[in-house]
Amino acid sequence: MKWVSDLGFKTRQQLADLGHAARLFVRLLWLMGPTLRRFGLVRDQMHFLGNYSLAIISVSGLFVGFVLGLQGYYTLQRYGSSSALGLLVALSLVRELGPVVTALLFAGRAGTSLTAEIGLMKAGEQLSAMDLMAVDPLRRILAPRFLAGVLTMPILAAVFSAVGIVGGWVVGVVMIGVDPGSFWGQMQGGVDVWKDVGNGVVKSLVFGVTVTFVALLQGYEAQPTPEGVSRATTRTVVVASLAVLGLDFLLTALMFSI
Amino acid sequence: MSTDTAPLVELRDLQFGYNDRLILDGVSLCVPRGKVTALMGASGGGKTTVLRLIGGQYRAQSGQVLFDGQDVGALNQDGLYALRRRMGMLFQFGALFTDLNVFDNVAFPLREHTDLDEALIRDIVLMKLEAVGLRGARDLKPSEVSGGMARRVALARAIALDPDLVMYDEPFAGLDPISLGTAARLIRQLNDSLGLTSIIVSHDLDETFHIADQVIILANGRVAAQGTPQEVRASQDPLVHQFVTAAPEGPVRFHFPAPSVQEDFGLAPTAGGRR
Repeated sequence: MKWVSDLGFKTRQQLADLGHAARLFVRLLWLMGPTLRRFGLVRDQMHFLGNYSLAIISVSGLFVGFVLGLQGYYTLQRYGSSSALGLLVALSLVRELGPVVTALLFAGRAGTSLTAEIGLMKAGEQLSAMDLMAVDPLRRILAPRFLAGVLTMPILAAVFSAVGIVGGWVVGVVMIGVDPGSFWGQMQGGVDVWKDVGNGVVKSLVFGVTVTFVALLQGYEAQPTPEGVSRATTRTVVVASLAVLGLDFLLTALMFSI
Repeated sequence: MSTDTAPLVELRDLQFGYNDRLILDGVSLCVPRGKVTALMGASGGGKTTVLRLIGGQYRAQSGQVLFDGQDVGALNQDGLYALRRRMGMLFQFGALFTDLNVFDNVAFPLREHTDLDEALIRDIVLMKLEAVGLRGARDLKPSEVSGGMARRVALARAIALDPDLVMYDEPFAGLDPISLGTAARLIRQLNDSLGLTSIIVSHDLDETFHIADQVIILANGRVAAQGTPQEVRASQDPLVHQFVTAAPEGPVRFHFPAPSVQEDFGLAPTAGGRR
């Protein structure tokens, strides 16, 4: 009968963790107002999260664009419609790959650094010291990082998509020889600002919230020991990536039905 | 402000424990204004816990913590934060913000809590750093200063807002004899020149007895002795005597509660005579 009590204990623990997470989330949302008033803190974090992710995002975007150009051409030329390559590349990036791949990279590049930073601040009693100085760590440390992450994600996703389109153009037009007029013309005619670009932006915002929140939560709830912080960092990547992929399906399905 | 004779901090019949283990079991004590009070006792005896209870980071299961007549445990976050601006705490390893340099660490509470302009903040920070002898170290990062220096920076940060109470958590742990003497003198000197009230949690008998006005010894979750260093040293109480003479055996348990030795090593004759 031990497994019954074990199961009960585990369930209760999971529920308690979920409760903690929900409370933190609500408090972070609540603190968005005061955080906006100290935008300097947010700006610094956006610089930190965004600037240092820019290299990996652009390089990845370029290569994803290259591959899309090649694979897209391979498929389209079978049906004699290789002139639609620009449309295919742009739609794939803007609707899907831009937000998703950026979010995955963002979790690995920025999410982990957030988790480790918060976890180590906790381990070094810095959060506790701040709290005793009557400065709320949630307001001073977590909230600006949360807002910065949420605002940075769509910008990074846009950069990813833009660089990816250039990559697709390099392969499709410059190297394979697709007509540049139809490459850009089909793209211009076929991509809808609200339905396609807008959906992509919504996705990247949602992923920004997800990844940043997961990273902050893991850091804030980490055991204040070296193993605890390392485990929390790993969990950030795993949980954030799975959440992004799961949410992506949900959002795509939802957007199809509207 | 209540009258000057009333204690700044008072604990009344305080009970606190983690899970099932009771750390403090009915602790009552007073911290008089303007004095240096030393809180001593064996490791794990709940001394740091007392500091956290005074700061309101932990809440007691029963009993009261009074800071200048206010019940700390009954305050909401705003009330607690208002109260904490009147206290400074020095953590065992300083707990400096590692992303800020020495100057910005000391300036942190000023920038967070006041609207002073930078020129004034600079003056205050340099004065506080001067008081701990580290005016020249303002541009160093916390990773570039030694443990003893880090604690002095943390001390400058703790007194940045001119608090009424400063709590020191093991200020002497891991310091070399010279830094130790310096730190002790500094605590006494700051207490007297700034009109503070200080609470020191420490193991270091000689240095602590030397600078404290009042010594409180915690043992087995209770106050074992309370008085001037001379009174405590002369105490005939076996518990206090054991602590003051650093004897390994006595009423303070050396062993963490455990099953009997015979049982743990399988030496006891087992019931039913198996094997």
